[in-house]
Amino acid sequence: MTAGKWDVVIGLEVHAQLTTRTKMFCGCPTTFGAPPNTQTCPVCQGMPGTLPVVNRRAIEYGVRTALAFDCRVNHACRFARKHYYYPDMPKNFQISQYEEPLAEEGWLEIDRPDGHARRIGIQRLHLEEDVGKLVHEGTLETAQASLVDFNRAGVPLMETVSKPEIRSPEEAAAYLRAFRAVLVYLGVCDGNMEEGSLRCDANVSLKPAGAARLGTKVEIKNMNSFRNVQRALEFEVKRQTEALDRGERIVQETRLWDADRGYTRSMRSKEFAHDYRYFPEPDLVPLKLDAAWIDEIRRVLPELPRARRQRFVAAYGLPAYDAALLTQSRALAEYYEAAVRDFPQPKLVSNWVMSELLRELPGDDERAIEQATVTPSRLAGLLRLIDDGTISGKIAKTVFETMVRTGEEAAAIVRREGLTQVADAGALAAMVASAIAGNPKAVEDYRKGKTAAAKAFVGQVMKASGGKANPAMVSKLVEAELEKLTKT
Amino acid sequence: MISRDDVAHVARLARLALTDAELERMREQLNAILAHIDALRAVDTTGVEPTSHAVPQFNVMRDDEPRPCFPPEDMLANAPDRAGDFFRVPRIIEE
Amino acid sequence: MRTIHELTDAYRRGETTPSEATDAYLSRIAKLDDKVGAYLTVTADRAHAAARAADERYRRGRPLGPLDGAPITLKDVFCTRGVRTTCASKILESFVPPYDATVVDRLAKAGAVMLGKSNMDEFAMGSSTEHSALRVTRNPWDLTRVPGGSSGGPAAAVAAGLAAGGLGTDTGGSIRQPAAFCGVVGLKPTYGRVSRYGLVAFASSLDHPGPFGLDVTDTARLLGAIAGHDPMDATSIDAPVPDYTAGLEQGVRGLRLGVPDEYFTKGMDAEVEAAVRVAIDVLKGLGATLERVSLPATPHALATYYVIAPAEASSNLARYDGVKYGLRVPGRDLIDMESKTRAAGFGAEVKRRIMLGTYVLSAGYYDAYYGQAQKVRTLVRRDFDAAFARVDLIVAPTTPNVAFRHGEKADPIAMYLNDVFTIPADMSGVPGVSVPCGFTASGLPIGLQLIGRALDEATVLRAARAYERATDWHTRRPELA
Ligand SMILES: [Mg+2]
Ligand SMILES: [Zn+2]
Repeated sequence: MTAGKWDVVIGLEVHAQLTTRTKMFCGCPTTFGAPPNTQTCPVCQGMPGTLPVVNRRAIEYGVRTALAFDCRVNHACRFARKHYYYPDMPKNFQISQYEEPLAEEGWLEIDRPDGHARRIGIQRLHLEEDVGKLVHEGTLETAQASLVDFNRAGVPLMETVSKPEIRSPEEAAAYLRAFRAVLVYLGVCDGNMEEGSLRCDANVSLKPAGAARLGTKVEIKNMNSFRNVQRALEFEVKRQTEALDRGERIVQETRLWDADRGYTRSMRSKEFAHDYRYFPEPDLVPLKLDAAWIDEIRRVLPELPRARRQRFVAAYGLPAYDAALLTQSRALAEYYEAAVRDFPQPKLVSNWVMSELLRELPGDDERAIEQATVTPSRLAGLLRLIDDGTISGKIAKTVFETMVRTGEEAAAIVRREGLTQVADAGALAAMVASAIAGNPKAVEDYRKGKTAAAKAFVGQVMKASGGKANPAMVSKLVEAELEKLTKT
Repeated sequence: MISRDDVAHVARLARLALTDAELERMREQLNAILAHIDALRAVDTTGVEPTSHAVPQFNVMRDDEPRPCFPPEDMLANAPDRAGDFFRVPRIIEE
Repeated sequence: MRTIHELTDAYRRGETTPSEATDAYLSRIAKLDDKVGAYLTVTADRAHAAARAADERYRRGRPLGPLDGAPITLKDVFCTRGVRTTCASKILESFVPPYDATVVDRLAKAGAVMLGKSNMDEFAMGSSTEHSALRVTRNPWDLTRVPGGSSGGPAAAVAAGLAAGGLGTDTGGSIRQPAAFCGVVGLKPTYGRVSRYGLVAFASSLDHPGPFGLDVTDTARLLGAIAGHDPMDATSIDAPVPDYTAGLEQGVRGLRLGVPDEYFTKGMDAEVEAAVRVAIDVLKGLGATLERVSLPATPHALATYYVIAPAEASSNLARYDGVKYGLRVPGRDLIDMESKTRAAGFGAEVKRRIMLGTYVLSAGYYDAYYGQAQKVRTLVRRDFDAAFARVDLIVAPTTPNVAFRHGEKADPIAMYLNDVFTIPADMSGVPGVSVPCGFTASGLPIGLQLIGRALDEATVLRAARAYERATDWHTRRPELA
């Protein structure tokens, strides 16, 4: 993006909570939302004498992600201590990675609004432990005290730092969406931004259009949804543009996004710069990730969003639009494929998933899709009823709504509510005859060549049948009857 | 040689409230100790790998198996101040 | 005053019981510990209960092993569930851990009876136990003198007959030096041989838990009980633990002993040097061969230590902030509370090391100090590697001098110099033991140090036992009326 005479430069730092069963360095579970301080032990509460031990699965998830981003996995890596005082951090240092991160130098492809794809470089990927949660008695500014819950302390986090190659707030949102989809496909993160499973900070700077040297960067924190990332960055780009246009200098600082008020504001004075005093964590030994293990992880990498999208086009003959929508989350893509397995008419299934299912559920909410009352096999069952003429497509939509509410099979609803399509030729013929007999004016119109009149008869019959008449048969019968009338 | 300001800065990093007299004594003692330690800087260590652990080991990891947590009563028993099952701390003013 | 092996033999023969022995130790503590000051906390009720359980096992003829019913003391650096663990610091004065250190658990499972928690230099920082914020500990051989440190409490307790054995920690010599000062046996195992889980950290890459005994056999028994892999400590070594008592009596014939030039320095006490030289001759007389070896990086070890240990300590001690446990001094806001708490809770030596450690890690100084110290540490390690390619053990004095008077080493650097002969083994992680090898004319014990290859505690103990069998220094006991 060029904001007038300025180029926008954005780098994103994403902290993703890994879906391990236990914390990074102890055996406490990582369940979200437990009562305060019930998911802790002496280790994650940093009690004297306790020691960390690395969770193997966290390393495996880190490697898996690094491979998905085409990163170079560092065969030798280690943990380091990062020091700063904050009451939500039990040891007053965070075990993180510094000089020897798990992986470096990868990329992630994003789709731009103009339809072209673009690669954003990934600088590094490392693992660390989360901190606890602070609850302020009142707001942070007015609180006389704060309360600390260490349940989250020690939960494994994967920090991924992009290169400053993102050029606009829209691209930043696209990066985050693509990033999230990859993590969810890999099964390493549940992608739930509301519960803080994915947290995003950004570095934003502006430079004169075309210039090589980067401008002063500002760090933006606290943007915890895709929408907020874009809004916050748009605000910040505007703020910096206006400042630069006025000839002011940008101050290097950290700013908080206030979603309610829609602006970023400077955090308190940073004159006391952080000095993290990193040094190798002496309680842990270095890791030497052997090639065989990395190959094994690579071998079982699942299909990633981009590949799945291409396969959906190739294998199911879907339009690119459908494929993109259906692969936005792993759960949705899996839902679709399961439904197609049961009912092999890919485009029809796609239509139903995109229109009906996504009307009920957000397509990127993995959990909601996995727990959908209308399961893939139930959707397939519904589509089969349309296919064999038992119900009309129109009736099917109301059946679908009932399925969402009650969780029943389509067939049961159709049976109970007597929705079976009328396909008895005799019964339909009688209905057609009575419709035509009741409207000589329309017959006259038809005679005069207004063929649209035929459609009106079909509509009348459908209405009279309560939507249950088989529309194809009705239309055939109407045509035959009118033909007869005009010939006489 | 470290100055009074250096000592004050380090004390702030280390969260130690030192009186002026303590700062001064600390400055003298740290300088005396650093005078000894500074001999290290003259040791030729070109091409020498650092030792972080005396006995080299690698890849010590645990399985991702949950272990029982400790009851909050145990975890909060030593708390200097608490509110329910939370630890309570005085108001936070950013540096 | 009996050794653990004498006591357990007596239990087995039914001459006495763990309860009788425990009572005897507890009443001796009640009578004499006002003089010695070894204990910070006496756990009489627990001791009685543990002793009664041991009585029962002996009655049924099924003791748990060679430590069942042994009354011991733990340096107050080891976390004990339900028993306050202070590190001799005001900041942890009231801290009661909800967990046991792995070594505490292992000793309990071996049937040992914990009499109580013993004194130390605050957070194990010191060489005299004078830095304890809670109590003064005196050397049982001369109450005007220090017991050494930082494990001065357990060393003095064992020497004074206030425990049959004990556990301490050695980060720069903190087991071997007080063992030498108090005339008992103290062993620093290989780094990682004994779990550090539940040992309140001073300098993580240098902290070694280890035993004190009245003789080598007891020390070997204690080591056998606490050694071995612990999944809770990622730096603990996953290797089989030999029976340390099995080869103890095999002697030193054929062993090659290295005598390092750098461990006989100009400033050292002449009586210490003489006693150690005589001791080395005794070993030679027993069939060992002697060889001069050089450990040229030794002069740099002290400075290296005083970068690495404070750096790690400044980090390990950051958690004491008045939020989760321990002391809290009220303040107008969080930072004020934390800064006041730490200022009031830590003693002068601890603050000095936190400051030093914070400084050497701070921006712009890392490479010059911490980075460089880790490289010099490699040189110190290489010295041992080279020496152990030629010899099986290194023999040297444990300390350059004997126990000094309280207040005698007011200057921090004078105090630090006490550890010049013990620090290199901590830097290298190799095992070392101090055994009594004589007394000065004024009746103060002298220690002989034997250092071995990594994980070769068995040879260290075997040579120490050979020396001990040939001499009677270890049988002498201080007079404490
Ligand atoms: Mg981070
Ligand atoms: Zn835990």
